[in-house]
Amino acid sequence: MRAITWQGRHKVQVDTVPDPEIVNPRDAIIRVTSTAICGSDLHLYDGYIPTMRKGDILGHEFMGEVVEVGPKSTLQRGQRVVVPFTVSCGNCFFCGKEQYAACDNANPATTSDASETLYGYPMGGAFGYAHLTGGYAGGQAEYVRVPYSDVGPIVVPDGIEDDKVLFLSDILPTGWMAAENAMIEEGDTVAVWGCGPVGLFAVQSALLQGAHRVIAIDHYPRRLELAKQLGAEVLNYKDTDIREALFEMTGGIGPDACIDCVGMESHGMAIDNLIDTVKAHTFLGTDRPAALRQAILACRKGGRLSIPGVYGGMADKFPIGALMEKGLTVKSGQTHVQKYSQLLLDLVAENEIDTEFLISHRASLEDGPALYRKWHDEQNDYTKIVLKPGMEPAHEPA
Amino acid sequence: MTSELRDDAPASAARDADRQAEEIGREDETALIVRTVTINRPRAEIYAFWRDFSNLATVMENVERIETIDERRSRWVVKAPAGKTVEWDAVVTDDEPGRLIAWQSVEGADVQSSGRIEFLDAAPGRGTMVRATFSYDPPAGGIGEWIAKLFQREPNVQARRDLRRLKQFLETGEVTSSAGPSGRDEDPTEQHL
Repeated sequence: MRAITWQGRHKVQVDTVPDPEIVNPRDAIIRVTSTAICGSDLHLYDGYIPTMRKGDILGHEFMGEVVEVGPKSTLQRGQRVVVPFTVSCGNCFFCGKEQYAACDNANPATTSDASETLYGYPMGGAFGYAHLTGGYAGGQAEYVRVPYSDVGPIVVPDGIEDDKVLFLSDILPTGWMAAENAMIEEGDTVAVWGCGPVGLFAVQSALLQGAHRVIAIDHYPRRLELAKQLGAEVLNYKDTDIREALFEMTGGIGPDACIDCVGMESHGMAIDNLIDTVKAHTFLGTDRPAALRQAILACRKGGRLSIPGVYGGMADKFPIGALMEKGLTVKSGQTHVQKYSQLLLDLVAENEIDTEFLISHRASLEDGPALYRKWHDEQNDYTKIVLKPGMEPAHEPA
Repeated sequence: MTSELRDDAPASAARDADRQAEEIGREDETALIVRTVTINRPRAEIYAFWRDFSNLATVMENVERIETIDERRSRWVVKAPAGKTVEWDAVVTDDEPGRLIAWQSVEGADVQSSGRIEFLDAAPGRGTMVRATFSYDPPAGGIGEWIAKLFQREPNVQARRDLRRLKQFLETGEVTSSAGPSGRDEDPTEQHL
């Protein structure tokens, strides 16, 4: 089959690789009909995520048709499914608490050591996202082996198009959980840093969850425009002092909840971010938390901080004093996708949540490498790229 | 003034080597591994799985097979380089159903090894804490050197991976695998960062 593989920093390519096979009884094989490039794929593309190996198949947002099932899978051939990016067993203590991203069994024994050393306990499993999370082959491919297929994939009714439900795999539940972690109360003002796909879904989710106002922050005009269409007030940090603006807009109180949808590769305009960039490039530090710092300082006393943005290592100059003295509550983590699948499928089917507005580009799998470059370089115009393995390539395969 | 209070940590976490030796029975030159894993299954079920030693090859990476000789004796066939194997017999030295199993290799075995596995109730509704204590004391030279390498270089790694596989198998019915296609040339030294 054809698949997009990681070859090193800023280098991905489409390779012919072996087809996946059923390995365990609960497995299924999916023929991919739609797969997206995620903002977090850029962290891999930029080489910030450790334990990638040359040749790893990328992609963790995908859906398709069930073509093969193991004897213990509950899926049936021919069903259309969206697959959560998190691999979860459904049997452990954590899955029992619906903390699916913390699954204790989905990361194979041999790939669990690194994250146990880094984070104290092994991480759960995820598709196409380095060997820290299991080294699973990803979904930017024609076929994918899906382990524990009786727990993850959600069956999509006929009549709902791929583009409407594809984002149930990651960014929609991630935006939804980000808003849930902000513990929104009546009358709340919620500030969202980052208007990428997760930020835009966090905006929609915060409003659906009862926020009085949502203020969205970015520097790409196109992305701010989308946030505005969804009902947010917007701030461009290139033109505006964000702390001053938030202070004034909230009558000197500050946002009740702040959501960092930016993560480890924050751009930012301040000197601290320049220092962070140098440190990250020389491996003296790994994460550039400019947005997070700003969110902590801007948040009201006793407010809530929700962090869906991806961080991997250590952050410098973390304002722990502001966090403690103001008594902020922090909630974070990878998304417990399975917990939200049915609820969000229903909201999408009922048109309560708009998903298709996000997609700026649709292309074939073969066009993937060129689009990685665009996704990286032209973030204003490329708001979401969906690859269709069945589609004719725009260019001759390399 | 030094406090007389002894804390509640298991002996394996003690900073004092003497206390470790005294309470776990560690001897010089012996690789000793203590590791606890919580498994979301009842004590009796985990005990029964372990007590049939022939089951363990499913979860122990280095073990090719374990043959049951009789109620107390078993033959361990362990993988060696170049497709070879090394074998030794072990005998059960302690057996309290649902509570603990202990075994050790018979006298004269190539590898002097012993193991003890205890089953403790976790908090109500949270399964069983399984505490494993393994020790290996290989002889010098030849196969002994290889065994030392296998078990002593990273004495904890093998045990913790085996216990993870045990947990996976008992909780999910499978040993988790990410086996699948890639464009890798399977050289793990090429890992990024």
